[in-house]
Amino acid sequence: MAIGQAFLGLLETGPRHGYDLKRAYDQRFGQGRPLAYGQVYATLSRLLKNGLVEVDGIEPGDGPERKRYAVTDAGVTDMADWLGRPEKPEPYLQSTLYTKVVLALLTERPAAEILDVQRAEHLRLMRELTRRKATGDLADQLVCDHALFHLEADLRWLELTAARLDQLAAEVRR
Amino acid sequence: MNAISERPAGLATPLPLLSAVDLHKSFGPTNALAGAEMHVWAGEVVAVMGPSGSGKSTMLHCLAGIVPPDSGHVSYDGRLLTGMSDAERSTLRRTEFGFVFQFGQLVPELSCLENVALPLRLTGVRRREAERRALEWMARLEVDDLGGKRPGEVSGGQGQRIAVARSLVTGPRVIFADEPTGALDSLNGERVMQLFTAAAKESGAAVVLVTHEARVAAYSDREVVVRDGRALNLERMG
Amino acid sequence: MSTTAPAPVPRRSALRAWAGDLLFGARLALSGGRQGWLRTVMTAFGVGLGVALLLAATAVPSALQSRQDRSEARLDFSRSLGAEQPADNTLLIASADTRFRQQDISGRLLQPEGPRAPLPPGVATMPKPGEMVVSPRLKELLAASDSTLLRERLPQRIIGTIGDSGLIGPAEYYFYAGTDRLDPDSGVGRRITGFGDRTGYSALSPMLVLLVIIGFVVLLLPVAVFVAAAVRFGGERRDRRLAALRLVGADTRMIRRIAAGEAAFGALIGVAIGAVLFLAGRELVRGVVLFDISLFPADLRPGPLLAASTVLAVPAAAIAVTLLAMRSVVVEPLGVFRQAQAPRRRVWWRLLLPVAGVALLAPLFSGAGSRRTFNEYQVAGGAVLILVGVAALLPWLVESVVARLHGGPVAWQLAVRRLQLDSGTSARVVSGIAVAAAGAIALQMLFSGVEGDFRRETGQDPGKAYVSAPAGQGLILPAELDRRLRATPGVTGTGSALELLVAADGDLPGEPALRSLYIAPCETLKTLARIDTCRDGDAFSLDNSGGSAGNMMAHFTAGQQVEVGYRSGMGDEMRPVHPNWTMPTGLRPVESAPESLGLVYSGFLLTPGAAKGAPQSHGRIAGYAQVDSGSPDAYDRLRNTVAAVDPTATVYRLQSTEENKRFAGIKRGLFAGVTATLLLIGASMLVGTVEQLRERRRLLAVLIAFGTRRSTLCASVLWQTAMPVVLGIALAALSGIGLGSALLTMVDHPVRLDWASILGFSSVGAGVVLLVTAASLPSLWRMMRAEGLRTE
Repeated sequence: MAIGQAFLGLLETGPRHGYDLKRAYDQRFGQGRPLAYGQVYATLSRLLKNGLVEVDGIEPGDGPERKRYAVTDAGVTDMADWLGRPEKPEPYLQSTLYTKVVLALLTERPAAEILDVQRAEHLRLMRELTRRKATGDLADQLVCDHALFHLEADLRWLELTAARLDQLAAEVRR
Repeated sequence: MNAISERPAGLATPLPLLSAVDLHKSFGPTNALAGAEMHVWAGEVVAVMGPSGSGKSTMLHCLAGIVPPDSGHVSYDGRLLTGMSDAERSTLRRTEFGFVFQFGQLVPELSCLENVALPLRLTGVRRREAERRALEWMARLEVDDLGGKRPGEVSGGQGQRIAVARSLVTGPRVIFADEPTGALDSLNGERVMQLFTAAAKESGAAVVLVTHEARVAAYSDREVVVRDGRALNLERMG
Repeated sequence: MSTTAPAPVPRRSALRAWAGDLLFGARLALSGGRQGWLRTVMTAFGVGLGVALLLAATAVPSALQSRQDRSEARLDFSRSLGAEQPADNTLLIASADTRFRQQDISGRLLQPEGPRAPLPPGVATMPKPGEMVVSPRLKELLAASDSTLLRERLPQRIIGTIGDSGLIGPAEYYFYAGTDRLDPDSGVGRRITGFGDRTGYSALSPMLVLLVIIGFVVLLLPVAVFVAAAVRFGGERRDRRLAALRLVGADTRMIRRIAAGEAAFGALIGVAIGAVLFLAGRELVRGVVLFDISLFPADLRPGPLLAASTVLAVPAAAIAVTLLAMRSVVVEPLGVFRQAQAPRRRVWWRLLLPVAGVALLAPLFSGAGSRRTFNEYQVAGGAVLILVGVAALLPWLVESVVARLHGGPVAWQLAVRRLQLDSGTSARVVSGIAVAAAGAIALQMLFSGVEGDFRRETGQDPGKAYVSAPAGQGLILPAELDRRLRATPGVTGTGSALELLVAADGDLPGEPALRSLYIAPCETLKTLARIDTCRDGDAFSLDNSGGSAGNMMAHFTAGQQVEVGYRSGMGDEMRPVHPNWTMPTGLRPVESAPESLGLVYSGFLLTPGAAKGAPQSHGRIAGYAQVDSGSPDAYDRLRNTVAAVDPTATVYRLQSTEENKRFAGIKRGLFAGVTATLLLIGASMLVGTVEQLRERRRLLAVLIAFGTRRSTLCASVLWQTAMPVVLGIALAALSGIGLGSALLTMVDHPVRLDWASILGFSSVGAGVVLLVTAASLPSLWRMMRAEGLRTE
């Protein structure tokens, strides 16, 4: 996840303190996995070093660091570049699941069971996400849908592989 | 290979409401079902999945008593479906079961309200009363404003919601849904599934949901996979 | 110009565009799969039937004219043909009509008086005594193995057949026999110099013309309805195909042209079928006899103009119906849309049709007797308008009735809603039934109404026969006829008298009072009337006419001078043989008895002693015979006996039921025809129902899945078929009764409802409904199987 670009984007709406930044990030993109403070300041200092953000002001207070950050012109350009650049589609060529199946076939273990177990696990997660969707807001729904579509894709692969196990076994054992 | 369905946790009924044992059914040379077994407990939503041609629709047809299996038994609430006459099975379907299909299930010349009221009318409920109850279910599925329209005048998603209302109107104990969202886009499909499963849970009806879409199956409590005419229960209950 | 430049898309000329699209449509008709083929075949068949019927209808006037021409060409009694004196170009001729079993046979005895004696039309050689020329049909009858009695009666050698030009129709039984026994001077036969004259009156009664017109209308309109249904058949699938054409770039006008081309293809094949049907049917006409009328195939020649317009109009109508049907359909690239709210059917122009029809017929109501002639076009126009009005009113009627229906059980609700959504299709088909039934009811009323015309209330017991033979010099005497009659097997009692006509001055000058004089011995007279005592010289007067002849009888008083005995001349000219004869004195009034042999209502019964001075010729011999009616051949044996005595003698069978039997046959024919028409309509209904079921295959399977009883669905199909038919039959009964009453009024007959036939046709209509429903059940059953649930 491009945390740096996310910070640049959030700062573009106005200067923020590091703590605010973390909160805003967690709320919008965290999905149950809040950023560690260390990660926040490491990222900010990297951005500072590259001149993409600057310190807008330091407020006196109790906290360890009460610095307020603002985005620089270079930062804005950097984020715009990032937004305009297409993400490299994940080719998913290195699949643990595939490795498991091939190994099971090589060692004459029941590969179909591995697939079925995985399938059940996928569907279990999908059910959970579906339930979450029913209670959450639109942001929740979209995020869950993203995951659901990916899980569905995995599931389709599982189905396809299950249907072609015999073929695969013949090739693997040749 | 043929795993026996376990009772899902958290359900009070110890015995399944609907059971199919060792079902065989062939159409000409193709074996649609070859020793399939499946159980449905009261109030649960079971997804029946499987590649196309695996026999999942045939499974649904046999479970619902629409087609008799070549061999094997289907029992519902202690009664043996496979021993019933066509008329008895019709009566059972009319009174205990509900149905939702992919498309083409609404009578085009009847209004939406009349379509929803139709199963009640078939069981002999008077028109006024049938339409009153139909309207309640249409409200539950948020299509009560479409009562006077003909099926041809409503969208696909609305049509499916009307079909769902119709399947629920008799207060069935099992609803059979065969690809209920198959003809809908995902947004409309999701909406139909949400309303459908919520309404079914609310009324305590079990749902046998045949689908090839995992995201639709995700609305279920449990999954059964039909593969080569056999039903596999893949879930670890717990 | 560079050859590499992109070629401009050639703009097709309008004509070429039309031709191209029409041809493309025709290709679609050929490649449209089973449904397309069925539509093409049905269209072709319907158009073919229509063309054949219309060609036949257009041929009727010429056929009737040909009949009349031939009938007049062989006319042998007319003042202009007569001659007083024998010459080398005169011919003696006498009627020798007879009857064999139920079949009337006409015949003439010919006796040429010179080498230039005229030959009847169609006869090549004058038959000599002992020879005869016969019509082909009579030849067949004579050759039949069970015609022994007829061969005895007509033993002459057959030297040839009468050509078509000498016969009115192919089914005519006619003969010309040679003889040497005719003698006009003694009242046997007429002397003529030629055949043929203009009579000026139609060979067909106006009644028959009316029947023919209505008959064609009744047959044609259902066929038109059938064609209309046929070109629409499989319309939805056709429309979807047209939508696919739209997707690849055809515009709306092209689509219409393509659809028209498809219909035109079927229609053109239909014209060919029609021509073949007409020509084949024309050959069959030889075997058809209706009202004793038969036609030669060659008589059925449609006028070239009418034929040409038929051949053009029927396909044009088929195309027009197609385009009209597409009017409410919008074919878009992505599918077919029917205009959701079809314009509400208006009633006024539909009502206008029957009203206009009645208006056309109304002036003809003030009848002036059943022999008057009609303006055929006016009658046909009126009848057509009324019947077409039925067809036009029905869709409106069905729509408005169905719109008011609601509630009821599920099957009823399904049917009503289905009809509310689209009642036009079934109503249009049912229009055919309605028109056929309305026309048939009208025709049947006409038949029943005029039936009385053909029934003679003789008041006679069956089993009695009356022989009338000319009495002349050298001819048979009553006693001899009596003897011979009595010797005939099956004859149980006889009585024969010499019958002379007497005339006295009547009430009006120039109109003499006429009565019959019967001269016979006492024992014979006793069989003719209730006479207790009788001696030779006695005379009796018999008035059994219930008073109507009394006034006439009063002109003949004892001792009065009267004219007696007539020589038959040409036309209505009659001359007395004995201008001054004295009526005998002492006439005793007597009555006829139920057991009396004769048909003597009124007249004078004289013993030979009382008839002194009366001529022995120029009268007729009246023979009465009691026949054993249980013996089937008794009458034919009697006719044989009489024919042997005198071939020109006539035998009347005093029986009242024969004509009715012929009417029963016509009624049966009409019923069969209407039933066949209704079955044709039923077939198109069936096709429509099955098509509708096929389109709803999935829905039916779903309905069954959620527990709908099969009987509910069957009942809904039944209701859906029955509702328009019931309305149609009701409308048909109403308008049929109306039209029938109008027609009866026109021919001056009291209007009498023929409930039996109304009920009959209604039951046939109901039967068609049941049949269509029953026939659609197998496919309904098939559609209701769970296979229909499969999503593929």
